[in-house]
Amino acid sequence: MNILGIIIIMLKSKTFVKKTRSGGVMKVVREHYLRDDIWCGSEVCAECKQDSTVLQKDSLIESNLCPYPHYLVPDTNVVLHQIDVLEDPVIRNVVILQTVLQEARHRSAPVYKRLKDILHEKEKHFYTFTNEHHRETFIEREPGESANDRNDRAIRMAVKWYSQHLEIQKSNTDGLKIVLLTNDQGNKQKAEEDGLLVYKFEEYIKGLTANPELVDRLALSNDDKNEITTSKVLYPEHLPLSRIQAGIKNSSFLQGTFRASRDNYLEATVFVQGEGEDSKEVLIQGLQNLNRAVHQDVVAVQLLPRNQWVAPSSFVLQDDGAAKDDNVDEDEEEKALRLSAAEAAKKPTGKVVGIIKRNWRPFCGMLNVSQIKESTRHLFTPADRRIPRIRIETRQSATLAGQRIMVAIDGWPKDSRYPNGHFVRSLGGAGDKDTEEEVLLLEHDVPHQSFSQAVLSFLPKTPWAITPEEMKNREDLRHLTVCSVDPPGCTDIDDALHCRELEDGNLEVGVHIADVSHFIRPGNALDKEAANRGTTVYLCGKRIDMVPELLSSNLCSLRSNVERLAFSCIWEMNHNAEILKTRFTKSVINSKASLTYAEAQMRIDDTGKNDDITKSLRGLNKLAKILKRQRIEKGALTLSSLEVRFHIDSETHDPIDLQTKELMETNSMVEEFMLLANISVAQKIYDEFPECALLRKHPAPPPSNYDILLKAAKSKDVEIHTDSAKALADSLDVAKVDGFPYFNTLLRILATRCMMQAVYFCSGMDSDFHHYGLASPIYTHFTSPIRRYADIIVHRLLAVAIGADSTYPDLMDKHKQSALTNNLNYRHKMSQYAQRSSVAFHTQLFFKSRGILNEEGFVLFVRKNAIIVLIPKFGLEGTVFFDSKGKVSPDIVFEEEGPTLKVKHHTFHIFDRVKVTISLDDSNIQHQKIRMALTEPLIPGVSVPAPETEPQAKKPKLDR
Amino acid sequence: MAGLELLSDQGYRLDGRKATELRKFQARMGPFAQADGSAYLEQGNTKALAVVYGPHEMRGSRSRALHDRAVINCQYSMATFSTAERKRRPHGDRKSTEMSLHLKQTFEAAVMTQLYPRSQIDIYVKILQSDGGNYSVCVNAATLAVIDAGIPMRDYVCACTVGFVDETPLADLCYAEESGGVSSLALALLPRGGQIALLQMDARLHQDHLETLMEAAMTACKGVSKVLDEVVRQHLREASMLTRE
Ligand SMILES: [Zn+2]
Repeated sequence: MNILGIIIIMLKSKTFVKKTRSGGVMKVVREHYLRDDIWCGSEVCAECKQDSTVLQKDSLIESNLCPYPHYLVPDTNVVLHQIDVLEDPVIRNVVILQTVLQEARHRSAPVYKRLKDILHEKEKHFYTFTNEHHRETFIEREPGESANDRNDRAIRMAVKWYSQHLEIQKSNTDGLKIVLLTNDQGNKQKAEEDGLLVYKFEEYIKGLTANPELVDRLALSNDDKNEITTSKVLYPEHLPLSRIQAGIKNSSFLQGTFRASRDNYLEATVFVQGEGEDSKEVLIQGLQNLNRAVHQDVVAVQLLPRNQWVAPSSFVLQDDGAAKDDNVDEDEEEKALRLSAAEAAKKPTGKVVGIIKRNWRPFCGMLNVSQIKESTRHLFTPADRRIPRIRIETRQSATLAGQRIMVAIDGWPKDSRYPNGHFVRSLGGAGDKDTEEEVLLLEHDVPHQSFSQAVLSFLPKTPWAITPEEMKNREDLRHLTVCSVDPPGCTDIDDALHCRELEDGNLEVGVHIADVSHFIRPGNALDKEAANRGTTVYLCGKRIDMVPELLSSNLCSLRSNVERLAFSCIWEMNHNAEILKTRFTKSVINSKASLTYAEAQMRIDDTGKNDDITKSLRGLNKLAKILKRQRIEKGALTLSSLEVRFHIDSETHDPIDLQTKELMETNSMVEEFMLLANISVAQKIYDEFPECALLRKHPAPPPSNYDILLKAAKSKDVEIHTDSAKALADSLDVAKVDGFPYFNTLLRILATRCMMQAVYFCSGMDSDFHHYGLASPIYTHFTSPIRRYADIIVHRLLAVAIGADSTYPDLMDKHKQSALTNNLNYRHKMSQYAQRSSVAFHTQLFFKSRGILNEEGFVLFVRKNAIIVLIPKFGLEGTVFFDSKGKVSPDIVFEEEGPTLKVKHHTFHIFDRVKVTISLDDSNIQHQKIRMALTEPLIPGVSVPAPETEPQAKKPKLDR
Repeated sequence: MAGLELLSDQGYRLDGRKATELRKFQARMGPFAQADGSAYLEQGNTKALAVVYGPHEMRGSRSRALHDRAVINCQYSMATFSTAERKRRPHGDRKSTEMSLHLKQTFEAAVMTQLYPRSQIDIYVKILQSDGGNYSVCVNAATLAVIDAGIPMRDYVCACTVGFVDETPLADLCYAEESGGVSSLALALLPRGGQIALLQMDARLHQDHLETLMEAAMTACKGVSKVLDEVVRQHLREASMLTRE
């Protein structure tokens, strides 16, 4: 072992002052050891006693500027702003100083993470030099020297050390040199005075001979920004952080998350998190007040005086058309915005005074090629409407036009109408299915790269078989008549069931779940990857797996007639579905049949069939009906949402038909037992681990959420009670209107929209466990470990609870688990959004091929200038607008109370039956959308004639 | 704001040490001639003074005397200026009382008390500057003071505080590490026989980690013992030079 004093030569004390919580100042003295055993990391070095090296001997990046082998040393700002370029495979053999790494860590978490990823990549040859603890490179801050200046000096010191270190060994280094990269003029000058080799980053990249396109990816430095923009100041100055903090402390400013409006680029809200119900939203309107904040930034806002408060506009305003170059056209749009404010609906309104934290990521979108032919400056329009357009510089505009590309923001000076950014990479042609899918995954932050070698290395070796030792530790349930029931084409079968009569006349029911936690061991690369992905994402015709296919579709999938490891939950029940005994066991099963819902239903209904599988299914079905009744009596909600399925052509992968999902008795049968298993497991793991059980809750919605539902029901003289889930369920059950059979379904669809999101949480961090929708005091997810990571954690907890496995530290740590649930909730939400976008994209493809259709639908919502129509046949929702270009036509009257909308002589109510044409509007390639127009009722000048030709005739292929 | 990175990817701690390295030791034995034994010890920025009186007759109530061995009396205190924020109550608070008790237990295990029946040994330790591992530094300082007093012990009592970060045990924690959310463990060891005099741990630690952490603590304590041994030998050399003169 090393005892200090042997290696360390010097000891320094670092003293600095720090503010205490009570507001006082305290002096902190920290030791700082300087060492002689920190090596340079270079292959050429004979001096250092290092075991392994990172930096290569023949470090040649082809360059006009540096036609000799060299190592690069970037300063902090280069790392922070040019990480996109540093990530390029061309840039290799770079020394990252500890000073730089630490500064990057404090200033930008995302850049720091990306830098760490590069450092871990072997092919990049990035080396971290711990210069702050090296005896010869450590420097102390001088009196009067700023922290930044000191760090710059430390960087120059390290570069000098490297240069001399290599210079001494000139004979075997092939003239290897060290190049400092900095964009700071002062730093550069001082470095030159010290005799160091130093270049501006841009200068260096432009000097590279092999990769001219790298220049496009350069972030704009300060100097360039001055060139681009006019001297006119467009925005107010952002306040420095110290003043923001003081302002927040004395309540003159509020801190919140900036949420740009999707429909109106001149409007945003800032969500200010408060204690409990105290959170509030501040409305921000107009470019000056928005003051360069970008969606998701954390900002400081100042409230305007009450007489300047306004109401959110209901207009749709898009920042489109040709690039307006920083001029005043917008004034008029802004004026229109203010006039529209109705007195009653005024909201707290404010302005952004400063940015606390930027939350910029690379954005997907498309280039608007500049009208000026020779121009290299172009505007980029992000796919996400909440993100402003970004000005970038590129020489490849001709190639990039018509492609989906990614762009990162570099900065937003106060004299520039748009933020400045740079090109990151191209994703492919716009409208291509693959490109659009990629965009969709990127925009929803879905990790979708193929699994790395490190992850795959933890997969079991094939051919795989259950070992005799494994068999000994498990209950052998291969003799049971277990079968699975799933949607057609399902290859990742999580669950299987059985039911048999016992000798005493009671029933034994088993839910057998794939034993994924047997294959995925805590903490390895496979586990970490699955934890990060959180969930399998299902898009139309595509599945992005949480775990590699070998597990998801083979070893874990409970297919028929193969032996599989399972985690079983087995109940003994009487014929009234009362649970007499519950037990959990790790098991081996051999499923006798993999059925679809329809196949299972047919077996149950076919009185001629009497085999074991069918008997088992009938037993399950009978019990499930009782369980469901009991659950509904307790107040569980059965809500509706229309889910659509696409029939996808196997060759072209185009959607050829679309139908709403049909629910059979057997769907509900499987669901009942999954719910029961989840509840039983939740109780068990909570009893065993009250502090760290991973559970799922569904909060009751605040009463105001029900407003729209109550109004809608009242318009048909139906009363809905929302005091409790039970009251709601009961009143939904009796809600019927004569001659309108679809009314009840519509009401349930509306009720679904009132609900809150269910979330995962850690039992030690929360006190409210209730699951509102299921009317269960406790709930978790146990039954789908192949596609949800939460279930894997629950499996591990349950395995420990029954003594089948051991714990590991993170499992028992409620803070770590709470952090995990945050990620799972985020991934879950994003996967739902991605799925919805995918359905929308495929719906568009479908309608593109169908031409214009004329369909019956119902009014779901009434808005100020539009009605939202649901087409039950396609599960499709669309908007019929009654105005054009943000100007209210005088013959439209909106009544808040109904709500109703009077268009000329016709008044629209919620639930009205209408007929609309459906077509695809692809005028904006980035935002193709389904357009609906009214055909019935007939309103002269508003409705359109129904399409004459039957579109099916045009596409005979569709009738197959 | 991002918290401190306690262990870098390159394996360096905040102050530049590697995981198993101890802080720099500086010690002086016998700085106070009036006492029977004394020692001053710096372990990094944690500085402690230990003073020993005895063995002597029982003071105060004689009923506390033990017929077969000596009573060990310990008092731990902290100087008002020892921490970054001035301490309001230097001794007598719950923390100090607890620490005094721990020291008593530690030295009862190490000192050969059976040689001095019906008598008393007083050990006073004061932390002059605190930068993590207070208990351990006190034990180490007291060991030197007891040796300086010429009281026989079974072995050096060596103590060290270790903690766990990212699956790696860190030896001899400083304050920034102790307060950075590390589960720490203090061990007092009689290194030759490997007997544990005291083991203290307040934080939660998963059982899987206990063994690794204990091993690291033992190794660290053995490292401390080497340093203390060197201090004692150096002191003896100096003392014998003086007597020769
Ligand atoms: Zn070297």
